[in-house]
Amino acid sequence: MPVAAATRPPHAPDADDPPQRKLYRSADGRMLGGVARGLAGHLGLPVGWVRLAFLLLFMWGDGLGVLLYAAFWVFVPLGVGGRAGHRSFFETLPDGTRRLRKPDRGQITALVALFIGAGIFISKVQLGGESGRYVWPTLLVGAGVVLVWRQADNARRAHWTTAAGRHGRLFQAARALAGVALVGVGLTVFIVVRGSAAQLGNVLTATLAVLVGVALLAGPWLIRMTQDLSEERLMRIRAQERAEVAAHVHDSVLHTLTLIQRNAEDAGEVRRLARAQERELRNWLYKPEGTGKDEAEEPATLAEAVKKTAAEVEDHHGVPIEVVVVGDCPLDEKLGAQIQAAREAMVNAAKYGGEGGPVQVYAEVEGQTVFVSVRDRGPGFDIDAVPEDRMGVRESIIGRMQRNGGTARLRSAPDGGTEVELEMERAANAA
Amino acid sequence: MTEAGENAGTGETGGPPGGSRGRVRVVLVDDHRMFRTGVQAEIGETDRTGVEVVGEAADVDQAVTVITATRPEVVLLDVHLPGGGGVEVLRRCAPLMAAAENPVRFLALSVSDAAEDVIGVIRGGARGYVTKTITGTDLVDSVFRVQDGDAVFSPRLAGFVLDAFASTDAPPVDEDLDRLTQREREVLRLIARGYAYKEIAKQLFISVKTVESHVSAVLRKLQLSNRHELTRWATARRLV
Repeated sequence: MPVAAATRPPHAPDADDPPQRKLYRSADGRMLGGVARGLAGHLGLPVGWVRLAFLLLFMWGDGLGVLLYAAFWVFVPLGVGGRAGHRSFFETLPDGTRRLRKPDRGQITALVALFIGAGIFISKVQLGGESGRYVWPTLLVGAGVVLVWRQADNARRAHWTTAAGRHGRLFQAARALAGVALVGVGLTVFIVVRGSAAQLGNVLTATLAVLVGVALLAGPWLIRMTQDLSEERLMRIRAQERAEVAAHVHDSVLHTLTLIQRNAEDAGEVRRLARAQERELRNWLYKPEGTGKDEAEEPATLAEAVKKTAAEVEDHHGVPIEVVVVGDCPLDEKLGAQIQAAREAMVNAAKYGGEGGPVQVYAEVEGQTVFVSVRDRGPGFDIDAVPEDRMGVRESIIGRMQRNGGTARLRSAPDGGTEVELEMERAANAA
Repeated sequence: MTEAGENAGTGETGGPPGGSRGRVRVVLVDDHRMFRTGVQAEIGETDRTGVEVVGEAADVDQAVTVITATRPEVVLLDVHLPGGGGVEVLRRCAPLMAAAENPVRFLALSVSDAAEDVIGVIRGGARGYVTKTITGTDLVDSVFRVQDGDAVFSPRLAGFVLDAFASTDAPPVDEDLDRLTQREREVLRLIARGYAYKEIAKQLFISVKTVESHVSAVLRKLQLSNRHELTRWATARRLV
């Protein structure tokens, strides 16, 4: 039997079984509040016996049964589980709708017992007599209260089961309304029968006055409480957010710091780790409030692709690459080739010019032209001095750009270093 | 943190006017003590240049107090600060910035490279923006340049500005005021590509002073252009 209750009510009998069972009200297969079924499960008795006991207490114990039942209902928390609700009045069909279940034998017996009990009860208290004036309204109010309380149980239960279709909600609303109506009718009858109908106006006025008074007295306190509650919820949301941040920082930053400590003598590796971590953290911190165009995950645009490529080269070669992108446009096949050429240039810059400082990558979309420059502050080199058989720059950068209809220029930057400039026209239809 | 008292020891008040490389008094505003210490150390290494940290502050209130008390030439200002951020410091120090004699100048120094942070402090009146990855030498250089009244742009800031002015195609009415000239755009582009001012001068066959005046003009336009493009740009990106 699943355990859902946190506390055991004081009047719950102790269970002597080693696996401690806690008392809860059964949410499944219950007739009223699930008290009888819960107790039966707890005591290991048939449900019928418990129900009969309650009925007997109800009729011959001067209402003790009702009191007990109500106390259990109020104090014992609702639980899940129990046997599947074959005692429920309703069944849930595979398509999610609920419909009235065909009564089985046990249910009929229970109903018959209920009617017999009710008959005995009615004959005992002589409804027609003087005291009957009070009994009928009380019964009505009681029925209404029971309906509403069951409703409250269902609301709690809805937290566990998400299957609340439109029919279910309609049914619930109808039930709540019926409960309220019953209570209202009961109270009205009570008032009307108790005094004479002529005094109804006075009674209503008095009631209204009392209600307004109570509202005035309790109003500020209630408002305060609601505010406190919403504030508390806000705090909780914030705390949750903070916890998320902390979790992320813990995970990745601590991890990186550990790795850095282990590789302390390998300066290149330390730098690589630190850069990778910085980039990740930066992404994580500034992306949500970023420029909006950074939000796509897979590089569908030029800016994303350039940044991603630079990050990969940076990770691989341990040389910081600073990226500045102006404008953006969707990637097409030609731009893909340009990115490839740029990657080649970045790799070259990282390999041969990395010791001069960070590699600068600049990409700009201006009208139909996309311009990418990759610049390092290394020693620089002369393309004409590179032997014919070394195909890296010639094929991967210049050749690739020319095959796709773009241009690549390689030149020495003013104060040492090398700059590769790649220019490409965007595909005509991608305007 | 009460480093504000340090200023009592400095005898001289104000650097020599005229932008000569004398002593520059600097206040450091950053909420990370480790970073302040680091900057102190880096500036200290290049001490011969004469940058002197006369005060530190860790939040907005402290910053305003320290800056008012010490009247430094340059404030190195972090963008993210408890108490309202760097923008708030700029707002409350506006009279000091506008002072006719010994105006206080601000250089934003931030780890953030989010566009709204950068553009925010620049429009608040900061004379430049550099990221915290900058080397000590470059930082000292930037401090001197800001003290001289020039603007200092990091490649990223240049990128943001180009983005701001380029992404709108239809020129608004006040176009000669708000648009960048061809030369300014060229200069910005080279800054964004990682060129130093000196390299830009060489590349464009102009003097370094001209480069600096172009950059200052860009900065002024950036601060002025709250009418058309920047507003639209910022609105389009939900920054305002």
